Amino acid sequence: MTAGPVGSAAGDTEDPPVAVRGLSKHYGAIKAVDDVELTVNTGDVYGYLGPNGAGKTTSLRMMLGLIRPTTGSVRLFGRDPMQSVHALQGVAGFVEAPTFYPYLSGRRNLELLAAFDGDGAAGRIERALDTVELSERAGDRVGGYSHGMRQRLGIAAALLRDPKLLLLDEPATGLDPGGMRDMRVLIRRLADEGITVLLSSHMLAEVEEVCNRVAIVRSGKIVYEGAIAELKRDAGTTYRLETTDDQRALAVCHAQAGISDVRTERDRIHFTGDQQAVAELSQALIEAGALIRALTPQTVTLEDLFFSFTEGDGRQQAAHEPDESTRPAVESAR
Amino acid sequence: MPGIATVYRWELAKLRYQKRTYLGLGAAMIVPILFVVAVHFRHDRRGGDFAFSSYLTRSGLAVPLVILLFGAVWMFPLITALVAGDIIASEDHNGTLKTILTRSLDRGQVFAGKTLAAATYAVVAILLNGTVAVIAGSIQSGFNSLQSLSGTIVSAPKALELVYVSLLVYLIPIAAIVCIGLLLSAVTRNSAAAVVGTLMVSLLIQLLGILPGLGGLQPYLLSTQFNAWQGLLRTPIDWAPIVRAAWVCALYGVPALGAAFLVFLRRDVAGG
Ligand SMILES: Nc1ncnc2c1ncn2[C@@H]1O[C@H](COP(=O)(O)OP(=O)(O)O)[C@@H](O)[C@H]1O
Ligand SMILES: [Mg+2]
Repeated sequence: MTAGPVGSAAGDTEDPPVAVRGLSKHYGAIKAVDDVELTVNTGDVYGYLGPNGAGKTTSLRMMLGLIRPTTGSVRLFGRDPMQSVHALQGVAGFVEAPTFYPYLSGRRNLELLAAFDGDGAAGRIERALDTVELSERAGDRVGGYSHGMRQRLGIAAALLRDPKLLLLDEPATGLDPGGMRDMRVLIRRLADEGITVLLSSHMLAEVEEVCNRVAIVRSGKIVYEGAIAELKRDAGTTYRLETTDDQRALAVCHAQAGISDVRTERDRIHFTGDQQAVAELSQALIEAGALIRALTPQTVTLEDLFFSFTEGDGRQQAAHEPDESTRPAVESAR
Repeated sequence: MPGIATVYRWELAKLRYQKRTYLGLGAAMIVPILFVVAVHFRHDRRGGDFAFSSYLTRSGLAVPLVILLFGAVWMFPLITALVAGDIIASEDHNGTLKTILTRSLDRGQVFAGKTLAAATYAVVAILLNGTVAVIAGSIQSGFNSLQSLSGTIVSAPKALELVYVSLLVYLIPIAAIVCIGLLLSAVTRNSAAAVVGTLMVSLLIQLLGILPGLGGLQPYLLSTQFNAWQGLLRTPIDWAPIVRAAWVCALYGVPALGAAFLVFLRRDVAGG
C-alpha cells in the first residue's frame, strides 16, 4: 500500500468515478469475480448486466469496501475503499436489497444514517423522502414496509450523501411493473441531475432503457463491454417478417448480405441483422416482388446475447443451420 | 463531524426501541422486589432461620449485597450478555452492517461506539438493580446500620456508600463479560449463540475451579472476581481481592476485546 494514487490528493477531477483493475474474489474453488476490468466515466449510467450468480453483487461489495478482493483493486475517484471510508466520500449505494432497522421508522432510519454521514446530510432527509415518494409513510416502522418501499428508502438513504456516484445493485428487481417503471424514471432523473450511476441488473430491457454503457458478466468474467448503441449493433436484432410472397422472401433473405440466422418459425420468417442490413433487405424484397406486410423487431433476450457473445462469430457460420446443436452446450455451461 | 459519540448516541437510541433492553432492565428491577417480598413472607411465617435472614431483616441495606452474592455468577452476566452478545450480531441478523459501514464512519468508530453502549447498558442495569434493592429493602427492613463481615457495625449512610462502591467493584468482572460478549457477537454473528455462549463461558470458568487439582487456579478465575467486592465489607477493607480482580479481569477482557475488534475490522460483510 503506497501513498500517492491512493490518497485523496489524487484529485477528483482527473480520476474516473470507478476504476476497477484485475479484480477477483474467490470463495474456495468458486471464482465469484474473475479478473474484472471496468471504468465508469463521469456522467455514465453504466449497466452491469448478468444472470443470477454472475458476480454482480460481489463486485459491488468490493467497490463499497465491504469485502476484501482476493486480487486486484478498486478506485473510486482515485481512492481505495478498502483503505478508509474516506474513499466513499461522494459515493452512495446499496448491495442486494437495502436493509434498515425494522423497529425504527423510515425517517428515524434516515436520521441515523444522516448522523453517520455528517456533512449536512440531516438537512436532506425530507427532500430525499420526497424524491422517492415516501414522505407519507416515513413515520411507519420499516418492519412493515413492502419490498418496493424499502428499495425506495434505499435510494433515499443514498441521496442523503449528496452523491456524485451511485452504486445500485439490482434496484428494480422484485418490484412490480409499476414500481420498476418508477425506479427507471427515478434513476434517469438522477442521472440527468449529473449523478454518475453504476447499476447491476439481470434484465436487458432495464439496462437498455436507462444505461448508456454496459458490461455483460458471466461466471465472474466480463464477456462484453461497450456502449449500448454498439451492443445493439453487435448483437444484431432478430426480426419477424411477413410478406405477400414468403417463399420468395425467404430466398431473398438467404441471399442478402448482413442478414443471418434465417429460419421459419410457425410459418413466419425470422432473421437477424443490423439496422442497415434490414433497410437494404426491405429494398431487395420490394425489387423481388415480395411486399412487406409486417417487419417486427423481436426483443433480444439476455440469453440470446450471451449466446452471441460466447459463441463469437460462430453465429454467422450457423446461419444456415438450426442452432439446436450449440444451444444446449451454452445452457449447461451456465 | 460524526464520530464515536455519534455511534454511541444512536446505539443507545436503538436500545430504547428494542424489547430485550427492557427484558434485562425489567429483570434487574423486579428481582430485588420479589426478593424483598419473599423475605417478608418467609420471615413472617417461620422466623429468621435461613441464610442471611438476620442480616436481611435487620437492615434493608443488606438486600442489594445479598442479591449481588446470589446473582453474581449468572444473573448479571446474563443481563450483560443480553445486549453485549447482541449488539454486533443483530446487525448481521438485520443485514444492516452493510448499511452503516457504507457511510462516513470507519469500522473502528462503529465498534468503539457499540462497545461503550454495551458497557453503559451493564452499568445502568446493575446500578438500577442496586438502587431498587436499597429502596425496597429499606421499606421492608428499614434504613439501618449494617454489620460488616468482620462483625463491626457500619452506620447506615456509610453502609449505603459501601453498597454503591461494591456495585462498582462488581462492574470490573462485568466489564470482562462485556468484552467476551462482544467477541462472541462478532465471531458467531448470531445473537442467541453469543448470549448463551457468554453465559456458558462464565459458568464453565466457575466449574474449572471445582475440578480436583485445579483449586490453585481459583484466584485467577473470572468467576472468583465476581466476589471481590466482599473485601469492602471487612474492617479494615481488604483491597487484595479488588486489586487482583482489576488485573485478572483485564487479562480476560483486553484480549477478548482486541480479538473482537480485529474480527470486526477485517471481516467480509457478505451477508444481508
Ligand atoms: N459469501 C459467499 N460465500 C461463498 N460463495 C459466495 C459468497 N457470495 C457469493 N458467492 C458466490 O459467488 C457467486 C456470485 O454471487 P453474486 O455476486 O451474489 O452474484 P449476482 O449478484 O450476480 O447474482 C455465486 O456463485 C455465489 O454463490
Ligand atoms: Mg446479486
